[in-house]
Amino acid sequence: MIYNVLIYILLVSVFLCIYKMGRGPTPVERAVAVYTLGTIVVALSALFSLKMETDFFLNVSISWALLSFIGTMAIAKFLEGRGLDE
Amino acid sequence: MNHIIGIFLISLGALFNLSGCVGLLRFSNVFSKIQAASKSVTLGTTFILIGIAFTEGISVSSTKALLTAGLILFTVPTGAHALARASREYSKTQKESDKGKENETPKT
Repeated sequence: MIYNVLIYILLVSVFLCIYKMGRGPTPVERAVAVYTLGTIVVALSALFSLKMETDFFLNVSISWALLSFIGTMAIAKFLEGRGLDE
Repeated sequence: MNHIIGIFLISLGALFNLSGCVGLLRFSNVFSKIQAASKSVTLGTTFILIGIAFTEGISVSSTKALLTAGLILFTVPTGAHALARASREYSKTQKESDKGKENETPKT
């Protein structure tokens, strides 16, 4: 019961991030919204693993954290005007 | 007792995440938005993962949750720093290209 309420709170945050991702005027704000979305989805999938009483969604959360970090570093270097290996 | 502490930490973390997203929408400057989003979302997600580790007790699941919490604590401030530096460089290049356009338009 309480898990459902917490998952709904996190879903509201996810939809706020998606709204900012579509609306933000500059590309940097869109990148910040994508990274915030990724960090919240990590928490959301960990809560799903607690609700469904299975171990699988914690693996999803670890790999999602790593992939969103790598993608954000790539986007930051691209916006900065440098190559990916500098 | 561990269950109650875990539920308390998870609800605190969910509220921190929600406030981070509201700050992402409501602040005026790009750097303020980066600061609000990255700090409070880092704290909220770490609280949620530590609360899950409290609720599960000592097991494989709590080890994975604590590993993810350490990962989040290292990677999210690093990404926010890189995005802030990218925002500064991006605004510089935008201003230079605007100046170039202003100089070009009277000639033609």
